[in-house]
Amino acid sequence: MDWSALWLSLRLGAFTVLFLLPIALFAGRALAYSDRAGKSVAEAVVALPLVLPPTVLGYYLLVAFGAASPLGSLWQDAFGRTLVFSFDGLLLASILVNLPFAIQPAQRAFEAIPQDVREAAACCGMTPWQAVLRVELPLAWPGLLTGLVLSFAHTLGEFGVVLMVGGSVPGETRTAAIAIYDRVQAFDEAAAGRMSMVLLALSLLTTGLAFALSRRTGRRRP
Amino acid sequence: MSGRASDMPGLAAALRQGGPIALDARIDCAAGEILALVGPSGSGKTTILRAIAGTYRPQHGRIAVGGETWLDDSSGICLPAHRRRVGIVFQSYALFPHMTAQENVAAAMGHLPRAERPARAARLLDMVHLSGLEARRPSALSGGQQQRVAVARALARDPALLLLDEPFAAVDKATRQRLYREIVELRRTLRMPVVLVTHDLDEASMLADRIAVLHRGRTLQAGTPQEVTRRPVSPDVARLVDLHNLFEATLAEHRPAAGRSLIEWNGQRLEVAHAPGFAVGCRVAWAVPSGFVVLHRRDRPSRGDRENPVAGTIETMLAIGEMAQLSLRPHGQALPIRFAVPMHVAERNGLAPGVEAAVSLLAEGIHLMAPSDGAAR
Repeated sequence: MDWSALWLSLRLGAFTVLFLLPIALFAGRALAYSDRAGKSVAEAVVALPLVLPPTVLGYYLLVAFGAASPLGSLWQDAFGRTLVFSFDGLLLASILVNLPFAIQPAQRAFEAIPQDVREAAACCGMTPWQAVLRVELPLAWPGLLTGLVLSFAHTLGEFGVVLMVGGSVPGETRTAAIAIYDRVQAFDEAAAGRMSMVLLALSLLTTGLAFALSRRTGRRRP
Repeated sequence: MSGRASDMPGLAAALRQGGPIALDARIDCAAGEILALVGPSGSGKTTILRAIAGTYRPQHGRIAVGGETWLDDSSGICLPAHRRRVGIVFQSYALFPHMTAQENVAAAMGHLPRAERPARAARLLDMVHLSGLEARRPSALSGGQQQRVAVARALARDPALLLLDEPFAAVDKATRQRLYREIVELRRTLRMPVVLVTHDLDEASMLADRIAVLHRGRTLQAGTPQEVTRRPVSPDVARLVDLHNLFEATLAEHRPAAGRSLIEWNGQRLEVAHAPGFAVGCRVAWAVPSGFVVLHRRDRPSRGDRENPVAGTIETMLAIGEMAQLSLRPHGQALPIRFAVPMHVAERNGLAPGVEAAVSLLAEGIHLMAPSDGAAR
């Protein structure tokens, strides 16, 4: 059992969710309430990771993160670390890959708030910020949380992009999913089986949580 | 409406835009007055209400409430909704589903110290007869109860203007009657202008001091319910206020001494109140409310039968409660005249579809208008 790989996966999931929370909040809300011409384009871009093969996505991220790229060299100058084959790069890739999982449920949750309820908040004298905090967030948070739980579960299971961008550096980029693959390659079926069982249990737990939360969203509607 | 209240400046709004929803509306409502905006769906009623509340920004316009300018495109003023002291009851009530009734009401009390809010919210809920239900969420309240929470919430802000958007549309008839009485009761204590949006003319006539008739974003006429329903300014307004007895005729003669004018319609002359505004020979539209159509009773003939008698065939008869709604098609005329009599009168006179009957059109009830271009009657 490769505990360091599991710990790395959990850490990656936690950080991914932490960074995705504000992104999902703002992007989801903006997409829900915008009716600008560019909305469809933005929605398509957000949904892209769902349909793109992980290798394709991984390839472009590898190119974008490389020391020769502007982003890669900037990162190197700022933090003294490379993006490729590092936890930083893995995290950045994980955030991008999980955008649709986090943003789409958040967008649906904001869309489900009736327009007149939002207008009522303003007509009750609430400033836009107060309306978000006191009316929109309490109504939308189950949806937001659903998205974050899904992102977490998805991060635990992500394989292709991780392999392309991070490789399999123990303690740095070797996540549980990669470790299972390594174990199978080494004919260590017992270890692969144990780790698979742990991932299965974790995934079941998180998706169960996601469904429970989304049911709660449904109940909260007037 | 006390004299003091009507001295206070009320609501004055003028809104104008070409699209996407065309508007050309003037809305005036004095403090303490209830103004009903009446019109079919799509006439812009709700858009006007949203523009006044500040959740919709029209291209051009001016809105002033209580001496304060909320919108003036010529000087670039447009107060955001949360800074307009407005109370609004939405058609769907739009209560906050995650808050209790009391929290919903207190949510509109941002202007009060936090400590005062619960007690004041409880007082408002008591005023709308909801004591004991303060801790319930909207989902645990009936439609009528939700409407009352919405009214209490709208008043919680001490609004300078109260807006009611079809507030009775979503409740059953019995509840609606009760809510009407409560609104009538409540309005005695209100000192602000109240704008009520409705498509129900009866509701508007019952609750409002004045009615503004809207069509395609334009205010066609504003006046007391009686003025608007009996003296519509145009055939369009007549149709919008359900004045179905609408016809065209030619002005035949003026008899100022008798206080009468005569119109030529369907081969006969009808006496109407003296209308010097129309020249002899010109086409006029005329309308008569069904209340001024009097049946010639076989059981009890009267001298009044000589006033504008019209004979024809009963076309339809519809019993609505104790009243019979009838339509009589005059001989030689395609369009029927509608009127109503008590059911027992209809029975005693043997009224039924196909039966010959006669009515008198009372001269003082006949209203003349300039014909509209589209009116082919």
